[in-house]
Amino acid sequence: VIQKQSDVHRVGTAHGVPGRQLSRTKRRRTAHLSPRTRDSLAALGFLSPWLAGMLLLTIGPMVYSLYLSFTRYDLLTPPRWSGFENYSRMLQDPRFAASVGVTLKYVVIAVPAVLVVSMAVAMVLNMGIKFLPAYRAAFYLPSLIGASVAVAVLWRQVFGADGIVNAALNVVGLEGRSWIGDPGSALYTLVVLSVWAFGSVMIIFLAGLRQVPKELYEAAAVDGAGRVRQFFTVTLPLMTPLIFFNVLLTTVNAFQAFTPAFVVSNGTGGPLDSTLFYTLYLYQRGFANLEMGYASAMAWALVVVLGLFTALMFATSRFWVYYGDEK
Amino acid sequence: MSTTVTTRTSPVAQILAGRRRTRNPLVAAVARHLLLLSILFLVLYPLLWMVAASFRPSNEAFNTLGLWPSNFTLNNYRDGWNFGTLNFSRFFLNSVVISLLCIIGNVVSCALAAYAFARLDFPFRRAAFALMLGTLLLPYHVTLVPQYVLFNQLAWINTILPLVVPKFLATDAFFIFLMVQFLRTLPRELGDAARIDGCGHLKTFLHVVLPLSLPALGTTALFTFIHSWNDFLGPLLYLNDPNRWTVAQGLAGFLDATGQSAFGSLFAMATLSLAPIITFFLLAQRLLIEGIATTGLK
Repeated sequence: VIQKQSDVHRVGTAHGVPGRQLSRTKRRRTAHLSPRTRDSLAALGFLSPWLAGMLLLTIGPMVYSLYLSFTRYDLLTPPRWSGFENYSRMLQDPRFAASVGVTLKYVVIAVPAVLVVSMAVAMVLNMGIKFLPAYRAAFYLPSLIGASVAVAVLWRQVFGADGIVNAALNVVGLEGRSWIGDPGSALYTLVVLSVWAFGSVMIIFLAGLRQVPKELYEAAAVDGAGRVRQFFTVTLPLMTPLIFFNVLLTTVNAFQAFTPAFVVSNGTGGPLDSTLFYTLYLYQRGFANLEMGYASAMAWALVVVLGLFTALMFATSRFWVYYGDEK
Repeated sequence: MSTTVTTRTSPVAQILAGRRRTRNPLVAAVARHLLLLSILFLVLYPLLWMVAASFRPSNEAFNTLGLWPSNFTLNNYRDGWNFGTLNFSRFFLNSVVISLLCIIGNVVSCALAAYAFARLDFPFRRAAFALMLGTLLLPYHVTLVPQYVLFNQLAWINTILPLVVPKFLATDAFFIFLMVQFLRTLPRELGDAARIDGCGHLKTFLHVVLPLSLPALGTTALFTFIHSWNDFLGPLLYLNDPNRWTVAQGLAGFLDATGQSAFGSLFAMATLSLAPIITFFLLAQRLLIEGIATTGLK
């Protein structure tokens, strides 16, 4: 579509009768170039920062990190080729296995939880409620600060032995414990933190819900569908593109969580590696132990896994994502 | 036409559906508000509690649920601002400088790239656009180590350059995408008219497209501010000298130095570190709504 538009627009400027003379005279310097060449040259100029960043800070480093993943490198002496050593060490490394386990558990619990809570709150907000902008803003706020050190510091207190969660439990006569200090519950405090920051996902769902035509619900109701049935036959199918988008981005983001785990565990990933997120372990190996080769291998393993996940999402999307009847 | 149909079918549909008891709409609305307010209270309670705790005298217990301290004191703020070797005036200054430079870098470089992607026709545009979108899903881990090696070679460790320079090279693909989406909603004729009047692309960009893109530029600036202000891993890697620390690092350093012993001051500094984001957010809420209202020339 865009391609066509710009074709039309090129034709339009070339044959546009009014002002044609004017543009010719004013652009004598580049007049000998065709509009397309002129566009291309301009594009090169406009894109030059992005191109430089792409080559020097993304593609170049990616290639270099792939190379490093096959070496031993401690920053002080030049990298030494070691073949697949880093990858085979990874498979035998119990802490690597722990970090994979922790991260997968976190992703599998936190992502669906965030999506369900977001959808539920968005649906209540979409019932034609008063003060919608105020509610929307208030629910959105935590997602802006959820990854900050300040909130992680607060979380340590909230779920600590003397925290307000335990104070609330005491009120109803229950015995608390240090949720952060217990390896059985530490990870769940971070799941709660990610659910707490559900606002941005909720905003996207809410925007989608507001665009569902009311007539569809009316028609479903005439056909005898109750509220629950309407949700599964009207709302959910129309929301699948947004669900797809949110699942993808929330999952990719969840794999990259770092700050809360670092602050809550003092950078150790403890207790007993129960909050050892993949990123945290990569940081420890790369920047605390200066094992740049091992860290690069871990990074590439993550790229491959996330790449496979993304490919799987796109491959299955045509079976469950609804893009309207026209397309 | 369609409205008359819907208003007519609506009550009929409800009866046909047979699910809806004749409920008082007022009761339903009150129930919804109560539900939302209790969720909201649960969500915002920890933040309110932290702000309250930051004004609490240090001899008061910190494991109470109440929000209102029996005595207000500003001592926590005074003590926390200069705590041992930690100097929060320094940290705030550092964070402000880094954030401002990041905002300038992102707004300029992403707007330039977005203009090219949205308005120019050039070879491999689709491929370049796909490449740009692909980096959205790329985990940053894969560039973490090699970028560190690069910046180390350039002797940029302990400077703000590794945090700021990438922003001038449009490495945040999200904002390019955001602006491309915005530019596509602007009427093309505006650019064409400028072209016919003899404006080159640079002039069209500066005098036509940028002024109309203020909402998108504002959103980019706001999000860039929040990201760079919150960023912890970047400064942790590149800024080792406590004089160059950001607020986030200062807070983590505070926690390291005191553990659980100085809660009041810790929460005071945590509150202060969130204050700019919350202020910015409240102001920009209005700015964004006004921006959408005034530039709604469709």
